[in-house]
Amino acid sequence: MQRALLAATLVLMVVGAFALALLRPWWFTPLASNWGSIDGIILLSLVLTGLAYAGVNLFLAYSLARYAKGPAQYIPDDPLLERRLFWFTALGIAVLLAPGLYFYAHLVRPPQPKLTVEVLGQQWLWSYRYPGPDGKLGATDTARVSPANPFGLDPKDPAARDDVVVVGGPLRLPLGMPVQLLLRANDVIHAFYVPEFRIKMDAVPGMVTRIWLTPTRLGAFQAVCAEYCGLGHARMLGQVLVVSPQEFQAWLEAQPRAAQALGQ
Amino acid sequence: MELPGYHDHRIGPEPRSFWTRYVFSQDHKVIALQYTVTALLVGAIGMVLSWAMRLELAFPGTLDPGRYYQAMTLHGMIMVIYLLTALLLGGFGNFLIPLMLGARDMAYPFVNMLSYWVYLLSVLVLLASFFVPGGPTGAGWTLYPPQAITRGTPGYDWGILLMLVSLLLFIVAATMGGLNYVTTVLQLRTKGMTLMRMPLAVWGIFVASVMALLAFPALFVGCVMMLLDRTLHTSFFMPAVIQFGQRLPYEGGSPLLWQHLFWYFGHPEVYIVILPAMGLISELVSVHARKPIFGYRAMVLSLVAIAAISFVVWAHHMYTSGMNPYFGFFFATTTLIVAIPSAIKTYNWLLTLWRGKVQLTVPLLFAIAFLNTFVVGGLTGLFLGNVIVDFPLQDTYFVVAHFHMVMGVAAIVAIFGGIYHWYPKATGRMLNETLGRLHFWATFVGTYLIFFPMHFLGLLGMPRRYPTFEGLTFVPPSAHALNEFITAVALLVGLSQLLFGFNLVYSYFRGARAPDNPWRAATLEWQAPTPPPHGNWGPEPPPVVYRWAYEYSPPGFPEDFIPQNAPPVLAGGGAEEGYA
Repeated sequence: MQRALLAATLVLMVVGAFALALLRPWWFTPLASNWGSIDGIILLSLVLTGLAYAGVNLFLAYSLARYAKGPAQYIPDDPLLERRLFWFTALGIAVLLAPGLYFYAHLVRPPQPKLTVEVLGQQWLWSYRYPGPDGKLGATDTARVSPANPFGLDPKDPAARDDVVVVGGPLRLPLGMPVQLLLRANDVIHAFYVPEFRIKMDAVPGMVTRIWLTPTRLGAFQAVCAEYCGLGHARMLGQVLVVSPQEFQAWLEAQPRAAQALGQ
Repeated sequence: MELPGYHDHRIGPEPRSFWTRYVFSQDHKVIALQYTVTALLVGAIGMVLSWAMRLELAFPGTLDPGRYYQAMTLHGMIMVIYLLTALLLGGFGNFLIPLMLGARDMAYPFVNMLSYWVYLLSVLVLLASFFVPGGPTGAGWTLYPPQAITRGTPGYDWGILLMLVSLLLFIVAATMGGLNYVTTVLQLRTKGMTLMRMPLAVWGIFVASVMALLAFPALFVGCVMMLLDRTLHTSFFMPAVIQFGQRLPYEGGSPLLWQHLFWYFGHPEVYIVILPAMGLISELVSVHARKPIFGYRAMVLSLVAIAAISFVVWAHHMYTSGMNPYFGFFFATTTLIVAIPSAIKTYNWLLTLWRGKVQLTVPLLFAIAFLNTFVVGGLTGLFLGNVIVDFPLQDTYFVVAHFHMVMGVAAIVAIFGGIYHWYPKATGRMLNETLGRLHFWATFVGTYLIFFPMHFLGLLGMPRRYPTFEGLTFVPPSAHALNEFITAVALLVGLSQLLFGFNLVYSYFRGARAPDNPWRAATLEWQAPTPPPHGNWGPEPPPVVYRWAYEYSPPGFPEDFIPQNAPPVLAGGGAEEGYA
């Protein structure tokens, strides 16, 4: 009785896993960036690991149900079978790893970005900085950070004076343009994560980290903090607006420059 | 009275007073019980903390965020370090190594006793943080700086100091224990017990002990450096930080340095927990399926391979940390390679059950729970280890599901199975079987319902370490409903552990008397008297070993097992020659 119940439970676990993967009550958010390749590898991983899981659990259920009475056979090893299983597993690993590393190389080597935007995390707010007409982000220094100047911009640096700073507001990105995000933090570690873009990256005090993407869908998306950053971690939500390149350009040009914002 | 043996190793005379016998005991079996009971009690606290978190997740507003993060931090730390590591090495390691190897005790009984008392001290220091102003630290169990040592983190004043001191003490205890286990395995095996005749439980504990000796120092220096950063304002891990408009007295340090030190310890730590669990499972599967463990040599080699590779995979916890992204290629490759020896172990357990005589005893039920859970956790590791796939999944519920499956549930069901299996030897009483079965079903089905659906919340992008998901626009109402369901199951699974606690206590006094070898097992500990006396083997010389540990159902032999110490003549010769 218990034996049948246990075998049935193991089979049901496989059925349940496949049902959750096929009926998808909880699934990816709709993709909004160029990183569809990640979804592809996750699907490939789901298929291969799903088959492996089914294989293991069904074999387990079969062995429990079938070999209740014995007599047990004396099989201490089987070198040929063991070698085959070794290579079979190694092949499965290679099938997952090869495309994974191939697409990771794209993530590591961004195309020549048309746009670079700085993302600043501080407890518990996201802020952004765009380069001005010179196309360069100006110099910053933690020593200059103040509530009025969260990025610590150098008001004497011409490259910094024409930057556009958005404190706490939405991050606007142009559709279809590769954008490099540079991430910084003032206080503790944060992580900038937009589920629809698929990628995330930590913002670490004392260093600049980077990640790139191309937005592929117009609309508003939510940015969340994905690295524990204290009591307000769950409230550190931001907004990302993907707009047409023309709209983006018009918006950017209408913004006050950092020099004006700093009153200098 | 001198007890005869094969080594120049003398243990003290049997203690006579209550204190030296049960409290300040140098007997490995008593120390094993002390470790086990302490770890289970502190684990119960860890479980109650998980209830607190689950209540907040189902009914936001139950706890304020500070309390939630304190519960989260202490839950993780207690379960990984003070329960699993302590119980598997200090509990099972202490009990099984000398008995399975035919030794009279550990190599250094006094150091062994110190190991337990320092461990107990580390637990008391940890628990003291609940009673100091500000309470325990809420830094997250990974204690990432700058968060861990900046104001505004719960427990900034005292909690983090006690946490770091407690970890330092624990490492001292683990080192004393580890040196003992390694020395005992290398030096005190009985006559005929070659390394390749050792039971896999001993192999797992031995390899994990070597790993602990190599991995814990990284955490030790990290804790010392963080203590200095916190108290003397050195800047090992602290760059220039502006928090809430205030400049903190640090400059030039690296938060990533801590992450490297922590995970250089932290990843081997996963295997320090799971290798002994794998060893225990190997014993349970073979004994209760009445069949030799399949591919013993491959089982040993894969343990060693997992241990070796696990020291070069640590940065897979840091793919999105901002470290040099080119590291990702190396660490993804090493991480996925670990899957091969892990898979080999799984195949071999399955092939041990195959064509066996599978007895559905309570220990075997838990072994099956381990196989199922370990496979789920291992397979999802292939997602997270494959660097680019980690970019969406890192710090989501997928990670929570993965590590709870592979080193939470898998390790704890292995411990349960081990306790049901060896309790008769340790106490002389059988555990109640009905209660054991109920405990198995509640735990196996319950934990699966808790953790399996979490993978899908992770695919959805739900971040971990959130006390509430209010305000997340991409999280559908059904995910909130699922959270409530998981909380309900978690409460029930937690309550069902009372069956286990009751069984342990009740059976100790009222359980059926256990025969010396109730499972008809071939390893040496079952050939000792029950419960084993001081010195384990009485006035006789310790047993001599003639064969490997898994001579089950040998063909042409009337009994379905041959103990390791049965002389070849009595065993009928022939059958086991190839394995002698």
